[in-house]
Amino acid sequence: MSDINSRGYTNPDKLVSTDWVAANLNETGIRIIESNEDPLLYPSGHIPGAVEVDWVKDLNDPLRRDYLDKSGFEALASRIGITPETTVVFYGDKSNWWATYALWVFELFGHSNAKIMDGGRLKWAEEGRELTREKPSISPTSYSAPERDDSQIRAFRAGVLAHIQVNGQLVDVRSPGEYSGEKLHMEGYPQEGAVRGGHIPGADNVPWSRAANEDGTFKTAAELRAIYLDEIGLNPGQPTVAYCRIGERSSHTWFVLTNLLGFSDVRNYDGSWTEWGNSVGLPIEK
Amino acid sequence: MPGYPPKLQDYLDDFGFISARDERIDFLIAISDEFEPVPASVATKPYEEAHRVIGCESEAFVWAIDRPDGTLDFHFDVLNPQGLSAMAMCAILDQSCSGAPLEQVATINGDVVFTFFGKDISMGKGRGLTEIINAVVYAANQRLALP
Repeated sequence: MSDINSRGYTNPDKLVSTDWVAANLNETGIRIIESNEDPLLYPSGHIPGAVEVDWVKDLNDPLRRDYLDKSGFEALASRIGITPETTVVFYGDKSNWWATYALWVFELFGHSNAKIMDGGRLKWAEEGRELTREKPSISPTSYSAPERDDSQIRAFRAGVLAHIQVNGQLVDVRSPGEYSGEKLHMEGYPQEGAVRGGHIPGADNVPWSRAANEDGTFKTAAELRAIYLDEIGLNPGQPTVAYCRIGERSSHTWFVLTNLLGFSDVRNYDGSWTEWGNSVGLPIEK
Repeated sequence: MPGYPPKLQDYLDDFGFISARDERIDFLIAISDEFEPVPASVATKPYEEAHRVIGCESEAFVWAIDRPDGTLDFHFDVLNPQGLSAMAMCAILDQSCSGAPLEQVATINGDVVFTFFGKDISMGKGRGLTEIINAVVYAANQRLALP
């Protein structure tokens, strides 16, 4: 894959290469964070010095369907030894799907000094770089966070409803089967399913993984524009909402549209289809 | 013939005692280290698509080979090198279902995934692991249906 700076991204600083990470492993002021779907991966071997942020136990409220609050984020950030000035670099499995999710949550708390390691865990491993099972010794910090700001990059049901009433831009990043309504939920997983199938009216379907190459790196800006602008006609200057089933896959698309293509107003609707498809009275399209 | 294959029941009992997440993960990693991919005498890459586990993003494949005693030997491969959970699931099934009475293998419920991996695994991960079990159960049922 070409050098990140040559790919035409609006904000190439949000991405770093595996070379960059390898060269900065021991730099103060930088924290490498692994976030995966598979909970076995980090303990089985991670980038030396990297800490783990788990999407279930670290980022979500254990009781309510919501993300951690200010005190929870402060506790997490303190535990992993960062300050508001720390550059955090996320990487993980599934083409950085979960890494972008973690980055999005961190940005809800204003920690915008956050980057993604292009290609994620797979690229690092396939380049034969070191992975260790040794957990790093982290000196806890005292992180003071602002209240979580849901007003800029997060969408809620009422906002999405208002958005579609003015024909706002919507990207459904689920699989075509989910988008069409063929699949209501994955077999055996009704807790992430819905009683109705289909998609939010007006949504275009672009599965999240189309933004990634086979090696997990992001496609070039030209390739991404061909998908999101030319193919489905999104306007980077117009408000855009991305959604999936629970808001994790759509955080990948949120990252692409916001940071790689420079869309000015993109929100991740984390209620996504598990909320919309289960809600009484909301419009659905098939 | 009631019950699950004894080795599988042993695993379920062991995991049933685990309450700490880290302990569960360490156990699963240890099991994944025991994963042995399908021997070349059974299959070589590229594998026939008929053996692919549909719905498993870690690209698991399953083979069922007849044994003289009428049971089956199960073999697996997981093409995604990061598919550790799939490897652990395959290792458990290999160790517990190969040579086990088919009537017992055929009764395995996909929900055992939750006992092994906990209830907070992601939808995609859970589905893939369940489908590996389903593939083994399907093979057992197919063999039982033969005269």
